[in-house]
Amino acid sequence: MPFDLTSNYFSIFGMPVSYTVDAGFLMQRYRELLQTVHPDRFASASGQERRLSLQYSTHINEALRVLKDPLERARYILELKGMQWDDEQTTLSDPGFLMQQMDLRESLSEVREQSDPLEAIAEIISSVSSLMQDNIHVLEGLLQSDKPEDLETAKTRVRKMQFINKMKMEAETLEATLEDEL
Amino acid sequence: MALLHISEPGQTSVPHQRRLAVGIDLGTTNSLVATVRSGLAETLADEAGEHLLPSVVRYRKGQGPQVGQSAKEAAPTDPMNTIVSVKRLMGRDLQELRKNEFAAYEYAGEESSVPRICTEGGDVSAVEVSAEILKVLRDRAEASLGGELTGAVITVPAYFDDAQRQATKDAARLAGLHVLRLLNEPTAAAVAYGLDKKSDGVIAIYDLGGGTFDISVLRLKKGVFEVMATAGDSALGGDDMDRAIARWIMAQAGIQDDADHAQLRRLLHEARRVKEMLTDADETSVEITRMDNTVWRGSLTRMQMNELINSLVKKTINPCRRALRDAGLSIDDISEVVMVGGSTRVPMVREKVEAFFNKPPLVDIDPDKVVAVGAAFQADILAGNKPDEAMLLLDVIPLSLGLETMGGLVEKVINRNTTIPVARAQDFTTYKDGQTAMSIHVLQGEREMVQDCRSLARFSLRDIPPMVAGAARIRVTFQVDADGLLSVAAEEQSSGVQSSIEVKPTYGLEDSEVEQMLRDSMDHASEDMVARMLREQQVEADRAMEALTAALQKDGEKYLDDEERAGIDQQMDSLQTVRQQDDIEAIKLAIARLEKTCAGYVERRMNGSIQDAMSGHKIEEFES
Repeated sequence: MPFDLTSNYFSIFGMPVSYTVDAGFLMQRYRELLQTVHPDRFASASGQERRLSLQYSTHINEALRVLKDPLERARYILELKGMQWDDEQTTLSDPGFLMQQMDLRESLSEVREQSDPLEAIAEIISSVSSLMQDNIHVLEGLLQSDKPEDLETAKTRVRKMQFINKMKMEAETLEATLEDEL
Repeated sequence: MALLHISEPGQTSVPHQRRLAVGIDLGTTNSLVATVRSGLAETLADEAGEHLLPSVVRYRKGQGPQVGQSAKEAAPTDPMNTIVSVKRLMGRDLQELRKNEFAAYEYAGEESSVPRICTEGGDVSAVEVSAEILKVLRDRAEASLGGELTGAVITVPAYFDDAQRQATKDAARLAGLHVLRLLNEPTAAAVAYGLDKKSDGVIAIYDLGGGTFDISVLRLKKGVFEVMATAGDSALGGDDMDRAIARWIMAQAGIQDDADHAQLRRLLHEARRVKEMLTDADETSVEITRMDNTVWRGSLTRMQMNELINSLVKKTINPCRRALRDAGLSIDDISEVVMVGGSTRVPMVREKVEAFFNKPPLVDIDPDKVVAVGAAFQADILAGNKPDEAMLLLDVIPLSLGLETMGGLVEKVINRNTTIPVARAQDFTTYKDGQTAMSIHVLQGEREMVQDCRSLARFSLRDIPPMVAGAARIRVTFQVDADGLLSVAAEEQSSGVQSSIEVKPTYGLEDSEVEQMLRDSMDHASEDMVARMLREQQVEADRAMEALTAALQKDGEKYLDDEERAGIDQQMDSLQTVRQQDDIEAIKLAIARLEKTCAGYVERRMNGSIQDAMSGHKIEEFES
């Protein structure tokens, strides 16, 4: 298997395209690859080798980032399966989901008024995380399929996950701020 | 067939000859140089047997700069010409520098992007002052090791932003050092610590120096040092404790805010002495001479000092919490806490760190030397002296990088704590019909608003073909290399027209400025300058040929057919020929030709080594 910057991220690590990833195996392969191509291995090499090493290492780091993150990984698999993303043009039409998001957002904005803000924010983070987990679980099934309708459903899930993830990051930022204020 | 080359002694390096490489800790208060000899890393002493070089430079009229202990001693009496703690000035603009009440130098003209301090010996920038310190360390190392240095690893605080890193690298270039790598100080400490203990686990490095604070969380696994998160404050350190104590002395002794520079330096000097005394003593006497030559005498207890520095020490705990959070870890996941930096000698610091991490920190390695020692190990490997060493450092970018968008907001392109090297692209479009230029503002920091982040560079993308609004696709690519240094490129995609790009660093030096300084530092002797540039090109040529010769010996037959090999040999011969002459441009050209000829070979080799690494792994799996 020759190393190819245009080959998919999974094959770089010698793994099949699958939403379920063995994190231990991934990290082990990652370390082995970087042991070989990292710029530190070429610090005294020619300018050409230094550039190539930078390019490869950068690519491997990017591949790892995408494969490690459940949201990025799902997006990436859908892209490999030929799905297109036009983020700004589509809107979610799932009243239940939107309502849930609005509720969470409201509790987030009221955290500071709670008697124990840290506990309140921890609760929000925990429910957002479990929402995330639910979606990951559903995607594990959907992304094994190549049927267009399954992939469309997966795409909607991924877009919901993007909302949830954004909420999670905001909640974590708020938690950090609250802790720093102590 | 390649001809045999006969070279004069000392002109080409013999394969397997040990290359002289050093690690340099360019500190706020003190600097050190270390190297690996017979497998052991050791710091190098000056003629007087001193290892620590005070990071102080004094400029006098008509004389060369004075560096180190003698300059430090002159600081209280000659404050305006004696630059202390220059590290705190690196990569900073004038406005930031003026905030520092105890380093109130006089600064030259406002128009220059890089602030210059006025001294008797001329106006100097922070980069030039740092270069003087580095030169002394370089000379010390060359005298001690008996030869020219191949390169150096220079340490920087993990929390240094791009401007501060770039300034450090510029200083090294100015000092005539080939920078093998800029290495983060806590990572260097982890190397010194980890190689010593040879144990796997997650460690936290708490590094409180004279002017900077870093906390790094690293995972050590089979020789791989993976930085999981880093946080800190690049303007917080022992200096700030000195200032807090100095302010107390001022209040006690009735010294007014309008004290002159000499008085302020005396205050800082005494504050520092008092702080150091209180490491072991519970109480110490304090003495200060006022401007009218009367003397105030008093005493300070450690309890009182703790109150004075309490808020400063507390400021280091929030970053610890943030680093853990970013690493996705809890306090119980940390197996060891390692203390680095002279300011960790302050008892209160140790107490607070122990209370936060819920375990006693390790203080058994010399906090002053550990960073230089770790850098020396890394330098030895990077110079190629240990081809079989498995150690690998995977570091991260400490602060997010972003671009200014509409309404003065910052759009993050690369998040903090992303493993380097990293590249990320972002697409932009025009907002007016027929728009042919676009300005791009690069920022670093975590805040949402432009004014709360550090401005790194402004770009102008010109010659965009006129199109309707929104039709152009401008791709801006950020690349952060293994030194943590950023380069930005922008290209208009839809038309395929190559667009021009102009880089103007906000606080850093432009290449032309560095060259000008190099020229000035050569005492206007242009022959020296030319000689040095020639020498640099020759070294680069040797490096290219040496690497290629070793590669060809190993696997030239495997990856090359006769025709390709003949082509490479021919280019190598021409490079060998021009390398012996003194035409800098000809050498450059010959290197470029050689690289072009063997581009395919180099790529095949690298792919081959990746394949080997992967297939070796598979065999192991079959066997087990």
